[in-house]
Amino acid sequence: METFTLDLPSTPANGARALCGVVSSGNLEILVDTGHAPDRCRIDVSTSAQGFRDTWEAVLADAVARHPAGGLVLSINDAGATPAVVSLRLDQVLESLEQAS
Amino acid sequence: MNAPWNRRAARHAQRLARVAHLAAGREIAAGKLIDVLEAVIEPGDRVCLEGNNQKQADFLAESLAECSPERLHDLHMVQSVLALPSHIDVFERGIASRLDFSFAGPQATRLAKLVQARRIDIGAIHTYLELFGRYFVDLTPDVCLIAAQAADADGNLYLGPNTEDTPAIVEATAFSHGIVIAQVNERVERLPRVDIPADWSDLFVVAPRPNHIEPLFTRDPALITDIQVLMAMMAIKGIYAEYGVQRLNHGIGFDTAAIELLLPTYAESLGLRGRICKHWALNPHPTLIPAIEAGFVESVHSFGSEVGMENYVAARSDVFFTGRDGSMRSNRAFCQTAGLYACDMFIGSTLQIDLAGNSSTATLGRIAGFGGAPNMGSDARGRRHASPAWLRAGRERAGDGPLTHGRKLVVQTVETFREHMAPAFVEQLDAWQLMEDMGMELPPIMIHGDDVSHIVTEEGIANLLLCRSAAEREQAIRGVAGYTPVGRARDARMVENLRDRGVIRRPDDIGINTRDATRDLLAARNIKDLVRASGGLYDPPRRFRNW
Repeated sequence: METFTLDLPSTPANGARALCGVVSSGNLEILVDTGHAPDRCRIDVSTSAQGFRDTWEAVLADAVARHPAGGLVLSINDAGATPAVVSLRLDQVLESLEQAS
Repeated sequence: MNAPWNRRAARHAQRLARVAHLAAGREIAAGKLIDVLEAVIEPGDRVCLEGNNQKQADFLAESLAECSPERLHDLHMVQSVLALPSHIDVFERGIASRLDFSFAGPQATRLAKLVQARRIDIGAIHTYLELFGRYFVDLTPDVCLIAAQAADADGNLYLGPNTEDTPAIVEATAFSHGIVIAQVNERVERLPRVDIPADWSDLFVVAPRPNHIEPLFTRDPALITDIQVLMAMMAIKGIYAEYGVQRLNHGIGFDTAAIELLLPTYAESLGLRGRICKHWALNPHPTLIPAIEAGFVESVHSFGSEVGMENYVAARSDVFFTGRDGSMRSNRAFCQTAGLYACDMFIGSTLQIDLAGNSSTATLGRIAGFGGAPNMGSDARGRRHASPAWLRAGRERAGDGPLTHGRKLVVQTVETFREHMAPAFVEQLDAWQLMEDMGMELPPIMIHGDDVSHIVTEEGIANLLLCRSAAEREQAIRGVAGYTPVGRARDARMVENLRDRGVIRRPDDIGINTRDATRDLLAARNIKDLVRASGGLYDPPRRFRNW
């Protein structure tokens, strides 16, 4: 088990303050909540995989660069999802927020 | 009879004479089988023990392994698959000492241990067609031990739906005056059809239980992931549709099962019915049922059968090859030939891909061999007939140069990380280390990089035909290798350049929204859905019944 928090720059998400939600499937859960800084995205990661922090950082930095995620707090609970699954779920949750706003 | 030019025929007669008192005509009683084997086989003989992918001559194999090593020793085993413990027992007991084969998946670890202990001498690891070819050249069996469904009193044999290797083995053995012994599940008055005529075989034994058969090609749709759905969408839209692939072979993994299950849904929505996937060299995969029912598939020729598909296949004789009796006819040698020469595309998964596109399923400490993938997954340089898919692939590779031949599409589809974060893309294949450990002459590479045309991952499609240098090829592979160390070491500018040229295509570039990639697109989401799609004709093995 490994836990860490990243604080990454991201374009403000529209209407982020009004939003919260969750996506989950088998080995991954992502909770979305509102944060404070409109141009930052905070991500709390809890993962069962040891020693892949740099991989996580690369996956998450790319995701919040692809989508406006400023003002959000993401909590990720991972039980062995591959980077492909993490990227896909992040795309799905962040695009849903874009569409909902 | 003893003329120097007909010694094999004379020897055949002598061997049969030695066991005449042990048999009743053609039939051997099960209890006499070991006596017969010890008498008819000679030390040093080349013996083909029918080990297939699915059907196994298991009673003959166990009986051979129980023979006395005093009587039988130094046998040279030639067989396509080592699947059963008894296939290894014959070496451990000192009955056999030399082996030429194709695939040893289930016994790969025991085989590697025998090699390291120098208890076995491996001639070579072959593809199926290579091994079958050598049965007729320099590995012709003196004795073959085969599996059939039924025999009649005259010794005619019926093979049932799982023909697999049997015709190739019997042809090579019988017509070189070797001894052909069959185990059968039953003796009947009248066979549904004659697959092996009595004068091509010598003896048969009714086995105490039906021969072992493995449902190797059943993939439960419940285990297909959203990522596999995404990759299947990319393959269908970015490759099948673009090249208009009509004739193809699929691997046996979940990645290709996902493609089969997207044909009636996603491919249908793209208007591709009748434009792709009409003719198949494929075992009767249960996951192909929805596509067949939806009218995508015109014909399927198979290497073997699949447990539970018998009634469905028999009821779809316009699609599958079946006998006058109505039951399925398969044939590994012909289907491999079809996969090599008559198909425009092979797509399958693998465990590791290196920077040149070489791929391997070799794992340290195991000698698994190859089976059929290298025949299917290679560009047949001898091919001469053209098709639109073959010509287009050839043109992409030839660039502006004159077009002298087309090109098969050989597609590897892999998620960048496998389970436990094992990267599918590596700087060096484990196959090289295995070569060192096992004293092999070459690394066991499944598909050679220069045969691969496309690599599909969740990140995109790399078209290696369009690469003009080794450096471009390397960056095209890194450019779809995701967050693996190989992928992260990419030259980002060169990768963007390759994307501009269409060498790399992302889901966006081919009009796929990753949000749409969900299991909801599968035409069947579990085994029960497959049974329903078949109108109740598909009868899944017990282990797949979870309702």
